[in-house]
This record gives sequence, structure tokens and C-alpha cells, in this order.
Amino acid sequence: MELDLTDDQAFFQETTRKFLAAECPITTVRALEHEPAGFSADYWRQGAELGWTSMLVAVPDGGGSLSGHGLLDLVLVAEEMGRAVAPGPLVPVSVVASTLSRSGTAEQRSEILPGLLTGERVAAWATGAVRATARGGDGFTLSGEAAPVEAGAQASHLLVSAESSDGPVQLLVPVDTPGVTCTPRGGLDLVRRFAEARFDEVTLPASAVVGSVGGAAEDIERQLQIAVVLQCAETCGAIDHIFEMTLEYLSDRYSFGRPLASYQALKHRVADDKMWLEACHGTATAAAKAVAAQASNAGELVSAAKAWIGPHATELIQDAVQLHGGIGVTWEHDLHLYLRRATVNRATYGTPEEHAERVATRILGAAS
Amino acid sequence: MSAVEVEPVEDFRLRARAWLRENMPPVPTDGADRGGTGRRDVERVLQRTLFDGGFAGICFPAEYGGLGLTVEHQRAFTEESMPYDMPYSLNVPTLGILAATLVDFGTHEQKLRHLPAILKGEELWVQFLSEPSGGSDLAGCLTRADRDGDVFIMNGSKIWSSGAAESDYAMCLARTNWDVPKHRGLTMFIVKIHQPGIQVEQIRQVDGSMEFCQEFFDDVPIPVADVIGEVDDGWTVATRLLVHERNAVGGGSPYTSGRSHGHESTSEDDSVAQLVREAGRTADPHVRQLVAEAHIRQLVGGHLMRRVTQGVALGRMLPPAGSLLKLYSATAVMRRYEIGLELAGTDGVTWPADADTTARRLGELSLWRQGLSLGGGSNEIQRNIISERLLGMPREFAADRDVPYRDVRRGAPAKG
Repeated sequence: MELDLTDDQAFFQETTRKFLAAECPITTVRALEHEPAGFSADYWRQGAELGWTSMLVAVPDGGGSLSGHGLLDLVLVAEEMGRAVAPGPLVPVSVVASTLSRSGTAEQRSEILPGLLTGERVAAWATGAVRATARGGDGFTLSGEAAPVEAGAQASHLLVSAESSDGPVQLLVPVDTPGVTCTPRGGLDLVRRFAEARFDEVTLPASAVVGSVGGAAEDIERQLQIAVVLQCAETCGAIDHIFEMTLEYLSDRYSFGRPLASYQALKHRVADDKMWLEACHGTATAAAKAVAAQASNAGELVSAAKAWIGPHATELIQDAVQLHGGIGVTWEHDLHLYLRRATVNRATYGTPEEHAERVATRILGAAS
Repeated sequence: MSAVEVEPVEDFRLRARAWLRENMPPVPTDGADRGGTGRRDVERVLQRTLFDGGFAGICFPAEYGGLGLTVEHQRAFTEESMPYDMPYSLNVPTLGILAATLVDFGTHEQKLRHLPAILKGEELWVQFLSEPSGGSDLAGCLTRADRDGDVFIMNGSKIWSSGAAESDYAMCLARTNWDVPKHRGLTMFIVKIHQPGIQVEQIRQVDGSMEFCQEFFDDVPIPVADVIGEVDDGWTVATRLLVHERNAVGGGSPYTSGRSHGHESTSEDDSVAQLVREAGRTADPHVRQLVAEAHIRQLVGGHLMRRVTQGVALGRMLPPAGSLLKLYSATAVMRRYEIGLELAGTDGVTWPADADTTARRLGELSLWRQGLSLGGGSNEIQRNIISERLLGMPREFAADRDVPYRDVRRGAPAKG
């Protein structure tokens, strides 16, 4: 978390924290396990009212931020969601809303953004092996598959990143378009839902194109950066909570007549965990600032953050499980909800290894 | 200086950029900035150049020869100084640790006498803390200083002082009272290193260098005016010195100038990449992961440094958070040197006679892997500090607590 928040940001953070504590305590998260969407529509609408969906949307489109850098405000929401392992399609909705506000046509913006901003509507980002073939000057035919698509089965529209003969192109696809299927997938997280999207000869008009044909690479890179920044912030919130919980537990538990916290073997591990925790926060903050400022090294810092936080966060939580003892591997204890979230975050929107490869490309050039 | 008169950081940055371009030499390409014979004399001159140009001691008080500016000014200058050769080794320990401690605890006369001289490159300082009887238990020191009129008479021995043979002054912790528990009978002194009664011996390290020294004191008279802080309250001074040390070694000191020790490894990153290119292994996925990991560890270290520096400055973190930086730097070096060794492969352990190859250097560096994990407070001590003083976990049991020091049991000194 950024240590130097403005008063507005601190208030926003506090409001979000209180809202989540009241409306989505961990008992509620557990109760949502078998709900197909993983979150209630009412909860998401209330979150949207607090500003969760508007930070990356320009003011003329109905959005607006607190600090002038919407992403730096939005990471506060992501952190609080991590702290509470809260549900909700924050990443896909943020990605689609920001891209539509930036590159969408007037029609796309007026049709889709209002619903995203109020939380009535969910949109998802589908990226994978999808081919867009031009239909003689009038739109495209989409074929292929994309998985995993976060909140794909809850979305009314998919922002599809596809390859065309002219290069990368993005299209906004209503899920009820003939030939589109979104099938829910299973997954580790109790409330975060992923789907696989299939496109069988899906016919789309030219008006479905977001941005320029062949020129979508920049938007796609920015989408990845936003997704990873939010994901890293969420993971940081999760490990913050786990670290505090573990430290308290070690003070309260006694073995051989001493608090567990008095054993040097455990103290030293907690010290390492604290170092990893602060390093995760430091690197997540640096990445968020670089993306917010659209700095030239934003891609590198984002990938460095993901490659670092992914494995270190899960290691920190696994160590917390060990420090808790047997209770740490029970369903009853909340640790596994956090472990699930951090593990899913580690391996979606690029694995740590894939992001390390992006860093290697900057240093050594492309592999082939 | 009132807030109104402070030069805006960006103005200062532009002025520094122009001045550096005119006055400082570029970073040596032959690795000469890494130390070695004669390097300290080069750095004394570089420091003098900074002083004469009005860019020395950015965060030091103006009345003692500094500029009295903010950490933001210092950071801007450091960023601008990256392409240039800088007096790096003066940062640690002279500027970042000992001059910083002098700012905190020195008398007005002591500061007037030493700080301008330090900022001109005329005085290099070292710390005389560790003793042959034990490294981590600093307060268990046996070197004694007995009051005799206007002087204290010092006897004993100190060890692991980096560069003492080439330096001028030391801050030396000695026992002045044996009838009280260990922390309460210590005093910190300013000691002129090269004088009758002090013998300095250099210690050869695993990489062949002669950086560390051991000193022997034989009835050395120390003027009472050279006591730093209060008599018998040297532990307070030593504790602050150690905070400065952790910040400086971790890269978070406001008193350093240019790239600081522990972060001087960008060139090592480059050498790993160069090695991989020369060996034609840039397409090997495993190699690419290792190169990225080494680089990411370094990047993250910089982010952690900024976070902890900011956290302490804002009062959001306690000062012992500096130990996070020291522990990170040390453990990151362990891993990065290990990566270097792995990438160097066989060429890192045997090479054509007299060849000075990158692989050889990485192989030799690996022998020194634990150096940073030991010096300046071992990783184990840092972990104690983090858990106890930053996180408030219970303190370790100490058999010498509240016992007059003359009654505390002591063991044998370390032997090679």
C-alpha cells in the first residue's frame, strides 16, 4: 500500500474497508461458494456506488478519480478486497471500462459504460487464441477460444483481443451473439469465477471494433498492466491481513509454557516474512505508479512486480499455515481462503515465469 | 534556512546535472571503482571536488560545511550522478554512518573540528566496534578505557574494521565501568588511528583483498574532549550508529552521495547478461529465467528501500525497519552471486592462466557471498531486531542482563 495517501484517498480506503466489513464479512464469502456468480448483484451495485467502477473512466463518460490518477485510487479498493478476500469482478470490469473510455466509439461508450459504472452490468476481457477474419470491408468473423476469462459467464459483453491479418484487433462482443458460448470453469478460489469463451464463426459488424484494426497492441499491453497492478495490490492486501493474523496468533498461543512468539526459530521466519511483505508492497506501489504515469518502464516494473509477488505471497501464506499448525490446513480456518486467492492471482494474467520472461526480453532481447 | 529560501528540487537537479557534466569523471569501465589499492586517494580527491563545487554533504547541517537540504535533493543528486565516478566508499562508513552519528551526538566543537574536514575528503572514518571475543554481542566489549585525569587510557583490541589502515579516525566503543551491567558501562570515543600505541594489522579475506583490519591498543591516551555523548552512555551512541549503519548499507541513508554501497551492482547485472551473450545462451529458457530473477531482485531492493525510507520519514514505520533493508540486501546478494556462479559454470572455477574473464570474476565473487550477510550485523542479528524491535516479539533470553559486567562468563576468541 502507498504510505503517503491524500486525505481523500484515506477516507475512500476507510469507507471501502467499512463497507466490506459490514456487507461482505468472511462468513458471507464462504456462503457464496456455491453461487454461480460468486457475488451478489446488490453488493456489486453498492461497490459501484462507492466508486469502484468509475476510477478509470474519464469524467465526460461519467467516471472520475480522487487523486487525478484513477489507478492509484483503485489499487486501494483492490487491497481492501484482498484483505477481506472479497468477491467481485473488479479486474475485468476495470480493464474493459478503461479501454472503452480510452479507445471505444461514442456508441460503445454510451451503450456499455453507464451499466458498468452503476454496477448493473458486468463485462469481461477475453484473450487467447482468437482469429478475426475481415468480411469484405464490413466487419469480422471471430473464431477460436479464450480461457480463462474472468467473470466471463457473468458478463453481458466480452472485450475480445484477437489477431487479424493486419495485426491485433479488439472487438466488443455481446455474449448473446450467435456462435458465442461462455462455459463456467472450476477453480481454486471459492468466489472468483472464470469461464472459457468459444467463438464459432461469430459474425460481427465493423462497429464492434474497439480502437483501430491492427493497432490494438498498445491497448492490450495497457490492459495487462492494469490487470496485473490490481491483482498485485489485491494480493498485497491479502498477505497484509495474513501477516497480522499470524503475528497475533503466535503471541496468543503457548507451547512448553512460552508464547510461540518467543521462539527464535519462529521469530526469524516472521522477520523474513515481514521483509517479503514490505518488498511486495514496495514493488506493487512502484508498478502502480509507473502504470498510472504511463512511464516508459511501466511494462518492466509490472512484470517484475508480478514475478516477485506471485511466488513470495504464496510462500508467505504457506509459511503462515505452517506457523498456525494443524488448524492451518482445516476448512474451518480462514487461511485457505487467502491462500486460494493468492494462488489464483499468482497464475492468472501471466504466470511469474511468463512475466520474468518479459523482463528477460528487455535485458537479452527476444528468445528467438 | 527558512522553507522559502530552499532551492526547488528540480532547479537543484538541473544545476547538479550541469555541474556533474563539467566536473566529474565518468564511471571507470575497468571496475576500478570497486576498491583496491589507491582507490581511497582517488576518492578523497573526488570528494574534495564535490565540496569545492558546492555539492558535498547535501543533508548535512550548513554550519558544519553541508548544504542543509532535504532527502529529495539528495535523491535527485544521486540520480543525476549515476553516470559519473563518485566517492562511493566514503559513503560507507564515513559519511553514512560515522559523520551521521557525529551530527546526532557530537559536541559543537567536535562537529566543527571534523565534519568540514570529512566533507572535504580530508578525514576518512571507520568504526571500532567488534572485538575478537565476539562479533554480534557488541555490548560485550572488553576493550577498556580507564580515566586518568584529562585522558582515558585505552587497552585492548578491535577487529573487522574495514579500511582502517587507510583511514584517519575511528569511533571506538570501550568499557569505562566494570561494576554495572554491560550496556551501562560503555563509552564512545573519537580515536586518531595512526598514533603511537595503536598497531593496525590487515586481514586477508577469502577473495584475497585486504580490506579488514585488526587494531591493538597499548596504553593509548584519549582526551576527555574526545568522548562522544556521555561517559558510560556509549551504548546509546552505538545504537544510533547501528541504525545509521543499517540504513547506509541498505541504501536508505540521507547522508550518502551517489550510488551507495550494496547497490553498486548494476554492473554485475550487465556482466551476467554479457556472459550469457558471449556463451550464446540467450535463447535458453532456464538461463533467461535466472537473468531476469537476478535483475528483479535488484529492482525490488530499490523499491523496498524507497518504501522503508519513506515509511520511517513519515513516522509510519519504526526506525528498526532499516534492518529490513540490510537483510534484503544481504540475502539478495546471496542469491544473485549464486545465480552468477550457476551461469558462469565450469568457466567460473577454472580459466586460462591469467585470463581476466567475467566468468572468473563471478566465480571469485561467489566465495565472498556471505560477506554482506556477516558485516554490519549478521542476518541473524537483523532478524532479531526485526522480530523484537520492529514487530514487538519477546526478546531473547540473555544470561548477562542486569549482572555487573566483571561477573559475566566469557568464552574464547575466534581462531583461524
